[in-house]
Amino acid sequence: MSDLSLHTGRSGPLTRLSDWLWRNPRMLILLLLTPPALWLGIIYLGSLFALLAQSFFSIDEFSGLIVYEFTLKTYGELFTPANFDIIVRTVVMAAAVTVAAALISFPIAYYAARYAKGKWKAVFYLGVMLPLWSSYLVKVYSWKLILAKEGILNWLFEILHMKWLLEAYLAIPVIGGNSLSVSWTGTFLVFLYVWLPFMVLPIQASLERVPTSMLEASGDLGANPGQSFRYVLLPLALPGVIAGSIFTFSLTLGDYIIPQIVGSSRRFIGQAVYSYQGTAGNIPLAAAFAVVPIVIMGVYLWVAKRKGAFDAL
Amino acid sequence: MTSFLKSCTALVATAVVASQSLAADMITEIGPGEGQVNIVAWPGYIERGETVADFDWVTKFEQATSCKVNVKTANTSDEMVALMNEGGFDLVTASGDASLRMIAGKRVQPVNIDLIPSWPSVDERLKEAPWHYVGGVHYGTPYMWGPNVLMYSTEAFAEAPTSWSVVFEETTLADGKSNQGRVQAYDGPIHIADAANYLMYHKPELGITSPYELNQEQYDAALDLLRVQRGLVSRYWHDAFIQIDDFKNEGIVASGSWPFQVNLLQGDGAKVASTIPQEGATGWADTTMMHAEAENPNCAYMWMEHTLSSNLQSDLSVWFGANPAVPAACTDGRGMQTAEGCTKNGMDEFERIKFWQTPVSKCESQGTCVPYYRWVSDYIGVIGGR
Repeated sequence: MSDLSLHTGRSGPLTRLSDWLWRNPRMLILLLLTPPALWLGIIYLGSLFALLAQSFFSIDEFSGLIVYEFTLKTYGELFTPANFDIIVRTVVMAAAVTVAAALISFPIAYYAARYAKGKWKAVFYLGVMLPLWSSYLVKVYSWKLILAKEGILNWLFEILHMKWLLEAYLAIPVIGGNSLSVSWTGTFLVFLYVWLPFMVLPIQASLERVPTSMLEASGDLGANPGQSFRYVLLPLALPGVIAGSIFTFSLTLGDYIIPQIVGSSRRFIGQAVYSYQGTAGNIPLAAAFAVVPIVIMGVYLWVAKRKGAFDAL
Repeated sequence: MTSFLKSCTALVATAVVASQSLAADMITEIGPGEGQVNIVAWPGYIERGETVADFDWVTKFEQATSCKVNVKTANTSDEMVALMNEGGFDLVTASGDASLRMIAGKRVQPVNIDLIPSWPSVDERLKEAPWHYVGGVHYGTPYMWGPNVLMYSTEAFAEAPTSWSVVFEETTLADGKSNQGRVQAYDGPIHIADAANYLMYHKPELGITSPYELNQEQYDAALDLLRVQRGLVSRYWHDAFIQIDDFKNEGIVASGSWPFQVNLLQGDGAKVASTIPQEGATGWADTTMMHAEAENPNCAYMWMEHTLSSNLQSDLSVWFGANPAVPAACTDGRGMQTAEGCTKNGMDEFERIKFWQTPVSKCESQGTCVPYYRWVSDYIGVIGGR
């Protein structure tokens, strides 16, 4: 009986397959890697290239139909004043959000990495992660209420008899407006709030890897705290800052919900893509706009690499 | 000359064949239900009592016909067209901009109105409306319509504003303060039509005959007006609920709006009212249309009949702040709507409303017009301060 089961066991199709794979390890690797490679190649990159290809077509001025011939005219349209405004506006906002997020995140992450222990570490993680668990839309809507003309923040300024300060601030052109919720400042604050965890966590991870002994050695050798920070801590933590900035920068570049709910209705790249691909049917221009963040991120990563930000990786 | 005659003959022949195939597509009698019907609809258009128990116009239909109603909601006309292109649906509640595109793209089929017993009850003004009646063929049954009204705060205005100028030009309002920063406009390129509608009344020398058919000069005048408006508007509205919030918390006192927001705000006790000023207004009108390859045509016809005959028209007009396509629904007590409610929603203003259409380059009134894709890019420019 046992002889029979052993016999059938060695000759079943699965067993033969397993034997064959054992003898041909390359085939095993090929079989295992093909599905994810296809996923990456066709679905992920394929759709991206299909989009890029669209940007080399153009829309016919008179009929509004897409002309399927190679042209760079659509890219030229990106430089009309109205469209170029959108690009500059988005990049400036993304840069401002990234810098502010790095400045705020660093001390928080430093405290969490160096001083928070046990229970407080858990509180830190919870505090940073908790906003990520709730819906993005809920957060943006609640910020709209906070910043509104008749909202909490305004009320607070009134209670503190500081309303003149807010009004003076809102009177500043460009960053001001009728109220915080319809100004650039409002859009900036919401972006900053929503993307902050993506900056805090990578910085914290990189700070944890900086050995305490290095900072002690720096102090022993006569560096004041400022010098230790500048020449020891910051260079060692820079990969984390860069990683975080890639998140905050690219997320701000692509977002189209926040500027629609909070801000002065002036378009960002994401919104422009959204409206051009809709009823307008101007897919080529939408695609050309979509290429802009890709190019900007490419340049950004290239500069970061030149600066040695990835050396420690 | 002979070749010309030949091509004429060919054209006539094609036309005859085409019209025959159209007629052949149409169903001539309704068979037994297929068990389900799949509908693409605007949010809030097809309610089965799950949002608010009183608003239910599906359950009875399902019980009576054993056709299960499956709804897929779509938030924009583009989404509706895309879903219909994908297929797998029987019906769609299409607005004027989507309906003509779908007819031109052959995504919808002609509807045999003889199979819809309640057809005679449909509003005479809608029976042959150009957004679903093309070339003598019906492509659907009217569903709902409504105006884009001027909503205003009764605290800032002692009496209803008589002109759209309160949202287009800087003026001092009844409360003694400027309207700067206190008015809103719709965040969609179609708002250019509202500006054109305003100019149609105030600058007759431009010769605008339809706000959706503008030549370059008329179009530029409309954009100039909108640039003035940009100086008054802090934020454009996109989402009905955000506008409601802005009237409550942002100190907004006047804006183009839908009766939907007016009703919700009034229901909430806010001091607002709405009016259709002297210039008239733009508006929307939706049609139930049937997919060219509908898999459940019998249930689809039964649903179309249901939309016209049941409590749907009446209750939906209350729910959505819109006007029924069947005027009797306002008065005959089939649902909650009353004659006063219909008047409030703008039922009597039909003649003063220019219904939403997609601007195309080949237009009826003057040959060449500015097409919609340019409306999109230029409106983005105007909002951006260009």
